[in-house]
Amino acid sequence: MNAAQMFDQLEAHFGDAILETAEEKLPVVRVEAARLPDVAAYLKDSPGLDFDLFVSVTAVDYEDRFEVVYLLRSLKEGHTLVLKVQPDREDPVVPSLVSLWEGARLQEREVYDFFGICFADHPNLKRLFLWAEFPGYPLRKDFQYTASIPYSEPPGQEQAYNL
Amino acid sequence: MLKTEQFILNVGPQHPSTHGVFRMIVTLDGETIVDVDLVLGYLHRGVEKLAEGRTYLQSIPLTDRLDYICSMSNNLAYCTAVEELTGFEVPERAEYIRVIMAELTRVVNHIVCIGFYLNDLGAYFTPVLYCLREREKILDLFEAASGSRMTCNYVRFGGVAQDLPEGWLDQAREVVAAFPAFVDELEELLSTNEIFVARGRDVGVLPPDVAVNSGVTGPNLRASGVAYDVRKAHPYSIYDRFDFDVPVLHGGDCYDRYMIRILEIRQSLRILEQALTDIPGGEVQSKVPRKLRPPEGDVYHAIEGPKGEFGWYLVSDGSANPYRWHVRSATFVNLTVLPYLCRSHTIPDLIAILGSLDNVMGEVDR
Repeated sequence: MNAAQMFDQLEAHFGDAILETAEEKLPVVRVEAARLPDVAAYLKDSPGLDFDLFVSVTAVDYEDRFEVVYLLRSLKEGHTLVLKVQPDREDPVVPSLVSLWEGARLQEREVYDFFGICFADHPNLKRLFLWAEFPGYPLRKDFQYTASIPYSEPPGQEQAYNL
Repeated sequence: MLKTEQFILNVGPQHPSTHGVFRMIVTLDGETIVDVDLVLGYLHRGVEKLAEGRTYLQSIPLTDRLDYICSMSNNLAYCTAVEELTGFEVPERAEYIRVIMAELTRVVNHIVCIGFYLNDLGAYFTPVLYCLREREKILDLFEAASGSRMTCNYVRFGGVAQDLPEGWLDQAREVVAAFPAFVDELEELLSTNEIFVARGRDVGVLPPDVAVNSGVTGPNLRASGVAYDVRKAHPYSIYDRFDFDVPVLHGGDCYDRYMIRILEIRQSLRILEQALTDIPGGEVQSKVPRKLRPPEGDVYHAIEGPKGEFGWYLVSDGSANPYRWHVRSATFVNLTVLPYLCRSHTIPDLIAILGSLDNVMGEVDR
């Protein structure tokens, strides 16, 4: 299925929830954050689309807005799609896709860790690489560097260290 | 059913089998693993943030330090992503050199993986030294071409850093011609060894549907019966010119994850033979502006790294520094399945499963 057919099918099915489509190097679809799980489930399960491989999720801070970027691939059909969502800058929340693709589990935590974007209904949304008390979200453009950030022990984990 | 009290065991961050600094909090019921919680970030250096403060070119050495066993293919993944953004041409000879380096890297990675997998099984450091001995011959080639054994920093936008030194191709042909004998030797020692097979068969079975759903790629996915290889599915560079197969096994257990790497080494050697025969003369670097300012836009481009789909998501705002520099790391996503694979196994199996997945924490933590 080529990009234009994919866009037509999505627009016919979801109407206004599809905010933008573009055919760049890869086909790009921007959807309404609230409708993301429906669109994603449709992409995953419809014959002809079959996006079974969740390649990656990441985010970009464009200062006036966040953009969460999903990369999906279909092993059967051999096509790729870039799915974008723009959550609110002040209170960024995006529905989690872990229930559809297990591959989102660690990667959504990574995005949360670096951007502070919350994934609603994620089974275990806590920081992944940085410790719980780390001040701020380092990949946001307004993050302030300091020479060093002291490490603090995550509460409740002392027991595991002392074993 | 009788239930016993659960016991929490801490594995790592310093543990001989964690392949870097990586911690697992294992919940045990008797000797059986109930759950594994991953604690990452001990090797986190913040390369994605660092790269935003550097020019595109200055970030190539950062890619060496992600998966420090496969610096050449990391370079290639990054440079092809930037080329996708800028549209630079790559001369023929440079394309061949890139393929040769990427496939040599795959061979290096797979023998290191097999060697350390044996370490994890308890054959402590004798087998791995045979593997490292063979690896050294390829690292000599890397050193001759790039000046460095491990952090090669060799691939450039629109080509490679410099042409191969005199006599390099002959030396490479010799190494490639002698390599199958070592793979045969390795197979003779391992593939039918009773203890080795018993430790790997039906341990950590990864069914294909779970593998795909968890985003597993690379040899681990192909050992589970899914023939997905970026080189075939989304061809890049000049891989469409070479005759090679994508090996697939259907067991999905630790033994098949070992076996698939043996088979892939043989395929890589096939590609290398062809590339070393066909390599043309000529330039190795196309004309590229000294000050690189890619046009505004975003791009995702991935290659088949030795550990799986390895790609970059780049956003350019038209300035000399990348606006966003995201690494799609194969091993990081592959780790998603670790808790699934370990459940209902024992601690020795956990170590074997971790070894068979082939992790390098430099790439996971970034």
